[in-house]
Amino acid sequence: MTIETKIGIGASMPRREDARLLSGRGRFTDDLLLPRMAHAAMFGSPHAHARIVSIDTAAAAALKGVLGVFTGKDLAGVMGPMPTLATPPVVQHCVAIERARHVGEPIAVVVAESRYIAEDAVALIEVEFEELPVVVDPEAAVKSTGNAVLHPEFGSNIVHQSRHAWGPVEEAFSQAAHVVCREFRWPRVGPQPLETCAAIADYDAITGHFQVWANMSQQSVIGPKFAKILHTDMAHMTFHIRDVGGSFGGKATLYHVPLLAAVLSREIGRPVKFVEDRAEHMTAGNQHASDRLYKAELAINAENRFTGLRLRVLDDMGAYFLIATGAHGNALAQATGPYQIDALEYDLTCVVTNKTQQAPYRGFGGEVGNFVLERMVDAAAAELGVHPVELRRRNFIANDQFPYRTPVGNLYDSGDYTRVLDAAMALADEHKIWDLPKHAAPGKRIGVGLATVNERSVLSMTEFWLLDADPIFPQSSSPESVQVSIHADGTVNVSIFAPHWGNSPETMAAQITAHELMIPPEWIRVVQVGTDGGMLSKGPAGSRYTAMLAGAILGACTKLKQRILAFGAHRLGVLMDEVEYADGQVTCKVDTSRAISLPDIARASHSHRLDFPGDDQTFRSGLTESFTCDHPRATLPTQDRTDLGIFYPIVGHACHIAVIEVDEATQSSRVIRYVAVHDAGTIVNPRLVDGQIRGGIAQGIGTALYEQYLYDEEGQLVNATLADYGVPTSEEIPDMILGHVETPSPFTAYGIKGCGEGGRLAAMPALAAAFDDAYRDRNLYVDRLPMTPSALHTKLSQLKPV
Amino acid sequence: MTNEKQETTAITLTVNGETMSGVVEPRMLLSDFIRQDLQLTGTHVGCEHGVCGACTILIDGVSVRSCLTFAVQAEGCRIETVEGLLERDGKLSPLQQAFSDHHALQCGFCTPGLLMTATELLRTRPGASRDDIRDAISGNLCRCTGYQTIIDAISDMGTRLLAEEKSA
Repeated sequence: MTIETKIGIGASMPRREDARLLSGRGRFTDDLLLPRMAHAAMFGSPHAHARIVSIDTAAAAALKGVLGVFTGKDLAGVMGPMPTLATPPVVQHCVAIERARHVGEPIAVVVAESRYIAEDAVALIEVEFEELPVVVDPEAAVKSTGNAVLHPEFGSNIVHQSRHAWGPVEEAFSQAAHVVCREFRWPRVGPQPLETCAAIADYDAITGHFQVWANMSQQSVIGPKFAKILHTDMAHMTFHIRDVGGSFGGKATLYHVPLLAAVLSREIGRPVKFVEDRAEHMTAGNQHASDRLYKAELAINAENRFTGLRLRVLDDMGAYFLIATGAHGNALAQATGPYQIDALEYDLTCVVTNKTQQAPYRGFGGEVGNFVLERMVDAAAAELGVHPVELRRRNFIANDQFPYRTPVGNLYDSGDYTRVLDAAMALADEHKIWDLPKHAAPGKRIGVGLATVNERSVLSMTEFWLLDADPIFPQSSSPESVQVSIHADGTVNVSIFAPHWGNSPETMAAQITAHELMIPPEWIRVVQVGTDGGMLSKGPAGSRYTAMLAGAILGACTKLKQRILAFGAHRLGVLMDEVEYADGQVTCKVDTSRAISLPDIARASHSHRLDFPGDDQTFRSGLTESFTCDHPRATLPTQDRTDLGIFYPIVGHACHIAVIEVDEATQSSRVIRYVAVHDAGTIVNPRLVDGQIRGGIAQGIGTALYEQYLYDEEGQLVNATLADYGVPTSEEIPDMILGHVETPSPFTAYGIKGCGEGGRLAAMPALAAAFDDAYRDRNLYVDRLPMTPSALHTKLSQLKPV
Repeated sequence: MTNEKQETTAITLTVNGETMSGVVEPRMLLSDFIRQDLQLTGTHVGCEHGVCGACTILIDGVSVRSCLTFAVQAEGCRIETVEGLLERDGKLSPLQQAFSDHHALQCGFCTPGLLMTATELLRTRPGASRDDIRDAISGNLCRCTGYQTIIDAISDMGTRLLAEEKSA
């Protein structure tokens, strides 16, 4: 099939998104300028925890050019609280009422003719606060009482507590030949996309209709929630799709920015733009991720096989609980990793503290679970005196065990972990990675670390509530839709309903449609349609978009091809089963000289209805089909949660080998080599998959070596600028050596697995192991990140001198 | 400006070869002037404190953070933005095409700033080594790509420019 090999699945087709982004014609939210548009700015709380005694907005409101000043109380009458997934809900308002619970939390908002004036007015707002006890330590938060309790209706700062066991946990530990115990501290980091959260809303008072442009996603799913909060309905809301300047998960829960723009537009009767500045994004953007303490135990039998894992987890959620326990459900999807471990205990406590609340970030808790498990495996190897690679090989789930049910009930569809490991080892050999430590320059140490992790993909939604005994909103839909229309001239329009987030949705849609219809991609136009298109889209989240989009396109094209065959057969005067479709034409099987092209069929279906049987809907005018793809394999958990069901069954795998160099004088370190082999099932576009992997590794390097949101005891975020936070620059990220293995998924269209998070799901444990290796003579064991120079210095100073 | 108390100043400058003028408050940032008044929205604003580099433009051929520059400072200056990089026929320039060929962009938000930094580098040092390029772009944050393919694209472009110089 000439066309397929050139432009179909497996080709590095050029990106559709590039031309506009390279020429300054991107369609980012802040690029949109509407007539009479006003601008919002907010007053963020200077205190981490305080009662709002009074707010004086008179001077701000009197400033020339100010169109309105609103407090939380002002807005409470015209909008409801923010959406939350938590049971019971922790109430959060877009603008705080009565109490500020973290630094930067919106206390008042100003709308003005320009953002300059709006910010002038913010500076004129006077707020009297009564400071309350600040809680920043999650272990202290467990015991908080009195005024240190953030949400008094909960009676404490514990917002979730659960303990679950699956498989023979007691037996595994009582009969273990060896038990490894370790504690870990996982740092609070965040996605830090280059584009902050932004929204424009335009309310039409005559029709009562809102138009919203925001760098959010899941417009069709979240939109109805927004409508309810704004006291309206979806017949009065249109959400448009914009280009998004990076999300990495964080913008999946982008709620208060578009909600504020919408409510303010209705209040002042003009379009309103609200764009976070970087400090707002970092303090008030709800853009922080997992902040956890672990106590872990791994049971091992006399044959060095892992038999049980116990995880006791304390997670500092920040001041609210929007994502509920979703990031723990996520970790549970592959808590036992690529290893056969038949018993698991998960003891979880979630607390609220006076920090920004958590949101999803590439990995969504799964990366934390991977880090802990891989660190436990390395600890076990050290204690048992077994080579860490051999210990991994010994415990891998074997190829003939797929599809494999994990102890919690999740399913791993397919894999070949040994082959991935072998491929990574071969690449490391080829690049002489293992020799590098021997050739360290004077004053430098070099260490090599390896990790083998799973890469769960294709999100289903039960992870958000399966740890709740009685969830308020047990959602289980994760649909993706397309509409494919063939024009009268045979060219094709593909409507998709999700934004460009830095992934490549238009390229994917064009490439997969070209593959399926076997036509040149130049014939295909891809359009991103908002909620007016009326179809459901869960969009990019949980490494699902390409796999689910492919399922939707395959579904729509299969329906289309049936009708194309019917039209073609009728035109050729033969029966349906006497023709076949290939390379853009319908051909008579027995006589290939008799054929009719797609453009000719399209014209016939478009304009010549009366040439075809009138009573058969197959021949209705026009070739347009839509399809909504639901999750291919997910199931519900059982009521007692002894089986969590199948919730993340499309499972890739990766082996990373990282090399770091540490300067002994300064204890600063950098990554000098990096090998990564991934199995993401069938690869649609190799260049784009490599891009996702490299980007994920770069963020993993950030988490492991540089990044962390640092709060002082007063709850002040002390590094709330990009200069201080530590996003890696080009100097910190090495060139990477990548390899691939493909074990197709038996459940998805074409066997595609997700790959959007894999780099960051694997990098941190490999880097931690590299630090251990660099200081093998000192018995260093990295149990917390990031390994900044001061963290490494502290760690080393706690070890016995050699 | 609605706020009458603020004084305003008339400025004239050249943007991508065209003479443009405006009336601005002295405090107006050049990035805002370019994006809002001139409606050239290709120059992006990522941090407004001079760290991310998304707002990088060239002033008289030198790369500058437009978010750390006042519009009035650009009076009489020659400004280049991403919109000026396209070929005369509207096609992507060789540098822009190299970015696409090497998959040097994903979300594309940092890309205009990186293109301007690369433009300056390639004009002054087309023979820059891979390490030189890594150093030159270290003031431009990219959160998507891990930088490798950006360096590939700039390096590829530099090699081609050197070859053209030789053959000329």
